[in-house]
Amino acid sequence: MSITVVYTIATLAVIGAAAAVILYFVAQKFKVIEDPRIDDVDEALPGANCGGCGYAGCRAFAEACVKASALGDLNCPVGGNETMSNVASILGLEAVKKDPRVAYIRCNGTCDHRPKTSSFNGATTCAIASSVYSGESDCQFGCLGYGDCFDACDFDAIELRSDLGVPQIIDDKCVACGACVDACPKNLIELRKKMPKNRKVVVSCRNQDKGGVAKKACSVACIGCSKCFKECPFDAITMENNLAYIDSDKCKLCRKCVAVCPTGAIIEENFPPRKVKPEEKKETEPVN
Amino acid sequence: MLKTFKIGGVHPPENKLSKDKKIEVLPLPKTVFIPVAQHIGAPATPVVKKGDEVKVGQVIAQSSSFVSTNIHSSVSGKVTKVDFSADSSGYPKQGIFITVEGDEWMEGIDRSEDLVKEISVDGPEIVKKIQEAGIVGLGGATFPTHVKLVPPKGMKAEVLLINGVECEPYLTSDHRLMLEKADEIMVGIQLLMKAMGVDKAVIGIENNKPDAIKLLNEKCAAYNGVSVQALKVQYPQGGEKQLINAVTGKEVPSGALPIAVGAVVSNVGTAFAVYEAIQKNKPLFERVVTVTGKGVEKPSNFMVRVGTATSELIEAAGGLPENTGKIISGGPMMGRAIASLDVPVTKGTSGLLLMQKEESKREEIQACIRCSRCTSVCPMGLEPYLLMTLGEKQIFERAENERIMDCIECGSCSYTCPSSRPLLDYIRFGKGKVGAMIRSRKK
Repeated sequence: MSITVVYTIATLAVIGAAAAVILYFVAQKFKVIEDPRIDDVDEALPGANCGGCGYAGCRAFAEACVKASALGDLNCPVGGNETMSNVASILGLEAVKKDPRVAYIRCNGTCDHRPKTSSFNGATTCAIASSVYSGESDCQFGCLGYGDCFDACDFDAIELRSDLGVPQIIDDKCVACGACVDACPKNLIELRKKMPKNRKVVVSCRNQDKGGVAKKACSVACIGCSKCFKECPFDAITMENNLAYIDSDKCKLCRKCVAVCPTGAIIEENFPPRKVKPEEKKETEPVN
Repeated sequence: MLKTFKIGGVHPPENKLSKDKKIEVLPLPKTVFIPVAQHIGAPATPVVKKGDEVKVGQVIAQSSSFVSTNIHSSVSGKVTKVDFSADSSGYPKQGIFITVEGDEWMEGIDRSEDLVKEISVDGPEIVKKIQEAGIVGLGGATFPTHVKLVPPKGMKAEVLLINGVECEPYLTSDHRLMLEKADEIMVGIQLLMKAMGVDKAVIGIENNKPDAIKLLNEKCAAYNGVSVQALKVQYPQGGEKQLINAVTGKEVPSGALPIAVGAVVSNVGTAFAVYEAIQKNKPLFERVVTVTGKGVEKPSNFMVRVGTATSELIEAAGGLPENTGKIISGGPMMGRAIASLDVPVTKGTSGLLLMQKEESKREEIQACIRCSRCTSVCPMGLEPYLLMTLGEKQIFERAENERIMDCIECGSCSYTCPSSRPLLDYIRFGKGKVGAMIRSRKK
């Protein structure tokens, strides 16, 4: 009885030792020499694997960083400048400061603004709906509202709003990875420069139809009147295909364009309420 | 013995409400909108401009490549504008707006009803004339006919199949055409046979049209090599590959054209258009359109000029019923819902189906219960449930390997699914993506 136990232990010990020797040599033979800095960089990254940097994941981005001679083109939108300066210090490179960005859905065609003229009861994804027809309203450029962007977002930064019919982005959660930008078949979502206090001045419309057609389809459509274009003191606004566009990198948030927009297509968000003009004040003064 | 295709198929209720209604000529509309892309292939290039006077049958948009075709004016009058307007999908497409003034036809078009039997042109000339007359497959796919008649190098056509199946429920335009224009169709078949250089033609007709089968059988006696084949009532009997399989027993290989098994398929409507183009010198600018539906006051078959607005057809059929839920251009199985009544009739419009609210609603989508009905009804031998999932998950390489491009979009899978899953929606989406993938690879 006891001798069997001894034999078993001895045999297993010999096999174990032999396997260890073989494994050692094999490991030596097929050793993968990897830059240890890849691990360090990977560690410094957020680990979201969102693909916002344009690489397959954080690891692939880390490898690209280590290989690169300068960090100019490489940016982790999720981590932002802090992460990139950490990466730069690990690699001994110069960090390039980038403005943080935030996604914005350029359509304000909510149920109140954009009357429905037909209804769709096919598969409820934007990709399919847009391949079959132009949408439930007369605006062929607007949001379909089925939420392909919502499905694409890994950060819970998009809220589906059935009361509005257009999803809304939660600025504080958005990391500007760009997944929703690719998911939107109508090309409505743009990564815009993140302004202080999440303030925004943006043309919330993509309708390229002529003014009359656009206005008929949606009360807050951009009709291409160019008033904002003429008003802008910073050359931030361009006009193309009956549509105004505000370049967020040039915009200084003066809000002059908002005041002149006849349809309300230009939206201002997160500003304190405007001061009421003095003459209007008089009118509202209580008469004693 | 009735022939049919070997695998799959469904049998939806036929509902041929307008089968006894003679083809009526629809009164001329006041304005028309004629799109320049009414066919598969490159859109035609407009050759008229605002203010031009046009006559019926005049070329208003020229074919821009081999797989493309001419567009002719269907009315006489003045060109109001060349602009974009929404098509059935709601997206704008280029076209020509014409205000109708009178009804002046191009010289040389024979407007008489007399049958011209004598064939005085040779094969290549027929093909050339078909191309000039802007003839496309009138069954709905609108593939330019002249392209089909010229087989690729090394292939030879052996048999011409004439598609008089009309397997879509509700539609009766081909049925009425066969009954009322049988002689013309027979001459058209002779012309197509001559153009292709074949001596055998088979007219396939579903067995729910015994009058058409009987009539054409009688007519066939006078012509050599033409016969009628009665087919089982089974959808999609009128699919090109299904018809070939049913009549000849041959199977078109995956990814190949029917010519690979020596067959060319043309619709009866196309045969009629070929007759008119060659014997009467009349280009394709009008077609038979069925206007039907359970709520429609007078289900009818109209001879309609291309470019006429949908609303005029509905008006002529007794007006829009109050509880209309959906208007479909084409049949209920493969047609497309239209988003506006301004959408014009094009060369591919075989019918307008007005569905009532209660029949047009889709059922709630439920989970797949793995019953495999979609697989057993698929006439192409595909696995629709799998293709749908691959489309949904966007795994397009695998979808390509599962032969997603073989799908003929007949909709049998969606029709039969007990869980009301939108199988075809996702497959069509996947097909679009895989098609783009294949095209980018070729570049």
